[in-house]
Amino acid sequence: MAIDFLVHEAADGVGVVVVEGLKANQEITGWVMKEDQTVKIKIISDIPIGHKLALKDFSAGDTVFKYNTDIGKVVAPIKKGEHLHVHNVKTKRW
Amino acid sequence: MQTKFFGYRRENGRVGIRNHVVILPLDDLSNAACEAVANNVQGTMALPHAYGRLQFGEDLDLYFRTLIGTGCNPNVAAVVVIGIEPQWTSRIVEGIAKTGKPVVGFAIEQNGQYNTICSASRKAQEFVQMATEYQRTECDVSELWVSTKCGESDTTSGIATNPTVGNAYDKLYEKGSTLLFGETTELTGGEHLVLERCINDAVRKDFQFYFDRYAKVVDDHKTSDLSDSQPTKGNIEGGLTTIEEKALGNIQKIGRKAPVVGCLEKAVAPTGPGLWFQDSSSAAAEQVTLCAASGFVVHLFPTGQGNIIGNPILPVIKLCSNPRTLRTMSEHFDVNVSGLLRREINMDQAGDMLLEMMIRTANGRMTAAEVLNHREFIITRLYESA
Repeated sequence: MAIDFLVHEAADGVGVVVVEGLKANQEITGWVMKEDQTVKIKIISDIPIGHKLALKDFSAGDTVFKYNTDIGKVVAPIKKGEHLHVHNVKTKRW
Repeated sequence: MQTKFFGYRRENGRVGIRNHVVILPLDDLSNAACEAVANNVQGTMALPHAYGRLQFGEDLDLYFRTLIGTGCNPNVAAVVVIGIEPQWTSRIVEGIAKTGKPVVGFAIEQNGQYNTICSASRKAQEFVQMATEYQRTECDVSELWVSTKCGESDTTSGIATNPTVGNAYDKLYEKGSTLLFGETTELTGGEHLVLERCINDAVRKDFQFYFDRYAKVVDDHKTSDLSDSQPTKGNIEGGLTTIEEKALGNIQKIGRKAPVVGCLEKAVAPTGPGLWFQDSSSAAAEQVTLCAASGFVVHLFPTGQGNIIGNPILPVIKLCSNPRTLRTMSEHFDVNVSGLLRREINMDQAGDMLLEMMIRTANGRMTAAEVLNHREFIITRLYESA
């Protein structure tokens, strides 16, 4: 099955799009690499290749996990299936 | 994996994979003479740079280590040094001469540029005709010093290309190679993972010292959270959001097996095999120049968005997995591991593809960066000149 996005670990809150041209309202297929699971999700934003989608709802102040490790804090609410990037997540360092 | 390659065994026993005759300027003022010599004498290469005047203290020490280390690198067969005055020129010559390789210095004051170019060109001709008779001999991969750094990373770097380097590093570690990683600020958010890999408390303490020292530089000078600088504009275009996310991808390059056996100051060579950390900038050309000055002879460089860096004496092997980058700028890459993203190959196969290209490069295959004439020789500065 063709893979649209990858997830490092099942505990992560984000996946990474690895194909070009994904549009809002598409149902896309992902592979969770560590646990070797397949997941499906409907995205609600256009998401460019390499960019992340939220795998669950986030509120401001939440921590985002990738590699099952803290990668920063949410600064604006994010819905499941939405584009997650610098407009809604910031570093906790520096 | 193939463990033999054909390299150049140098006077001090170290093994190189290139056979350069370098025309090395002591200082910015001597670039013109060096470039004239390189233009006169086929088979030589000038390494022009911007520095060498009125540096002092630790910055001057680093400057001398960088220039002497570059001349000492086993990928260099012989060196002609040209400086504005004879005394610091001699300091470079004497430092390189400790390897036993041919090196001679020339100074411009009291000679002028034309006379210096003439004398240096005659010596450079002699060195080229000698070096071109050197033969490659069979060497073992345990004698290879391999460094790594990623650049213009994106999320595919952490998924595919950086773990490919990690897989290769695991295999090279088991063969007894000498391995290096650096990029101090780019470990921010994953520094606990490096600390866990340090072989003992003394190495852990050293790593924490270098990490905290660089973090203080950021804290002392920052005017923002560094977004657009670290991560770069290119990283963000490629989907990386924070330094923590970038660091966790970066750290995949050190694999899973090798402990960190020691930490090194900039432009200092390791003293044994295994995986070493070296304090360094995360800017590609600065870090790779430090690797070359520390004696490393081949470099593994994963990229996502397409950093095109090369180095004059250290072959930089590029690997990429991002299909858009591979489609739009294919001439820059030596290894394509995009099959990882489509589940067509596994990480073990990707690591083997990279190692095969590393051996071919060691045997003489020119990298994409060499073909494209990338010779970024960028000296790290610690602070202003006096």
